[in-house]
Amino acid sequence: MVLTADPSRTAPDPKGAILPTRGLGDRLSAVFWRHPNVLLVTLLALPLLWLVVVYLGSLTALLLQSFYSIDEFSGQIRREFTLSTYAELLRPANMDIIIRTVAMSAAVTLGAVVIGFPIAYFAARYAKGHWKALFYLGVMLPLWSSYLVKVYAWKLILAREGIITWATDGIGASAVLNGILALPVIGGTSLSTSYIGTWLVFLYVWLPYMILPMQAALERVPQSMLEASSDLGASRWQTMRTVIFPLAMPGIIAGSIFTFSLTMGDYIIPQIVGSSRRFIGQAVYQLQGTAGNIPLAAAFAVVPIVIMLIYLTIARRKGAFDAL
Amino acid sequence: MRSDNRPPLILTVSAIGGLLFLHVPILLIFLYAFTTDERTYQFPPPGLTTQWFAVAWNRADIWPPLYLSLKVAALSTVMALILGTLCAAAMARTRFFGRDQISLLIILPIALPGIITGMSLRSAFSIMDIPFSTWTILMGHATFCIVIVFNNAVARFRRLSGSIVEASMDLGANGFQTFRHVILPNLGSALLAGGMLAFALSFDEVIVTTFTAGQQSTLPIWMLNELVRPRQRPVTNVVAIVVFVTTFVPILIAYYLTRGGSETAGGGK
Repeated sequence: MVLTADPSRTAPDPKGAILPTRGLGDRLSAVFWRHPNVLLVTLLALPLLWLVVVYLGSLTALLLQSFYSIDEFSGQIRREFTLSTYAELLRPANMDIIIRTVAMSAAVTLGAVVIGFPIAYFAARYAKGHWKALFYLGVMLPLWSSYLVKVYAWKLILAREGIITWATDGIGASAVLNGILALPVIGGTSLSTSYIGTWLVFLYVWLPYMILPMQAALERVPQSMLEASSDLGASRWQTMRTVIFPLAMPGIIAGSIFTFSLTMGDYIIPQIVGSSRRFIGQAVYQLQGTAGNIPLAAAFAVVPIVIMLIYLTIARRKGAFDAL
Repeated sequence: MRSDNRPPLILTVSAIGGLLFLHVPILLIFLYAFTTDERTYQFPPPGLTTQWFAVAWNRADIWPPLYLSLKVAALSTVMALILGTLCAAAMARTRFFGRDQISLLIILPIALPGIITGMSLRSAFSIMDIPFSTWTILMGHATFCIVIVFNNAVARFRRLSGSIVEASMDLGANGFQTFRHVILPNLGSALLAGGMLAFALSFDEVIVTTFTAGQQSTLPIWMLNELVRPRQRPVTNVVAIVVFVTTFVPILIAYYLTRGGSETAGGGK
């Protein structure tokens, strides 16, 4: 018997010594393995192209438009570089809008800290197990649930014939409500046409944005520090003021970035609940829409960006970004 | 040492009061959908009826905005899923030049107020003479939905152990097979959660949309018009309930898909 091996079956194919090559997928995988940067560029190309072209492109267009001006006679946009549109922002009527918006943003931020702190502190320190989940959901669901529905709910509440009037009448406190509405500046004919109403709705809608970073900062306060403070004879209030509050500060600043920025950029809440006096958002919306003055609208839209950049620079120095 | 485990009464009261402040107003929307009073917001409602659900069903002006909103939300979720996952895959475990700038770029559309994103897109359309269409709405929505998917996916990528990828490679799978059979199943629930949140965000978005929609009407824009010029007010409440439920359910699902980890969905919007 002659033992001759069939060469076609036994001789190893020199090219497929380890594994047979299976096609394009394998070859591409090999390229990606040898050159990780190629993989990185391939992955990032599409999303970056989108973000740079659509988003950064649009932001550039916004800046560009703000340096154009509108021809007062024809109403056409004059596509030449000018600072005259920004100079228009300095008119008293426009400055009023900017100051009003910044003041409202500050008031909303302050209110959110005062109402949000107990919730964040309780959730971070005392809530355990099911209560912790309840608190988390209790803050997260309002954060994500429909913005317009929330605003609409407050229109129902603040209306002159609505639940607040009914409740204050019921407990005989309508004199107090009327007294508050009679206050200069913040008062009005009813809650839904006063600054108090606008402030309440802003506060309600943006409150969760303040609570979450505040809670994150508070969760990082070590228990041992509170014990040390207590051992050294501090009362609860002193511990709160000198230990907890300073450590929560980065979280508060992080939350205030949201409440401040969101209030400045909103135009729907003051349109639905508030007096007829305008905020930056409303000015932008009206100028680009009915007025057709896109350059001035763009210049107005740049104002919140500049204010937020200043705010972020300060916040960064205070270490607020570690709490995000 | 004094045991400090019981919260002071004032703290408990103000924390629970704060939570009630966050939740009670929404309940009124439900109540007012059943009121018999269609002209004012009288409280307590003079009578209760379920007729407004039938009226809303038969109002022809509600359906086209609803379809448009669902279409835009679905398409922008798909785009955000693709673009967001690609970003997350590239950024999760790597360090490279410009990485911080790229993550800033991803977050920026949601960090800046919506009016800036909206006005920017509006300026770009104006300069380039692009007419308003479903696509112009979609461009805005997809841009701010990317970050939602990215946040969910990047957290899961970081938790994913590198050794299972290496094991897959050692067993002879190429990069695409590893992605299909190893990475994707592990990523699944995070992507689903991110997709749910992106859908909810897009379905409900109004500020950017008003700048990019032109004459078209999404459901939130329809609602906004009804808020400014109301007719049959309880019908608006019925629609508000629909919008609320359409965003509420995906958010709850997203929470249950990712709870228990360090990456629970919804921590940042």
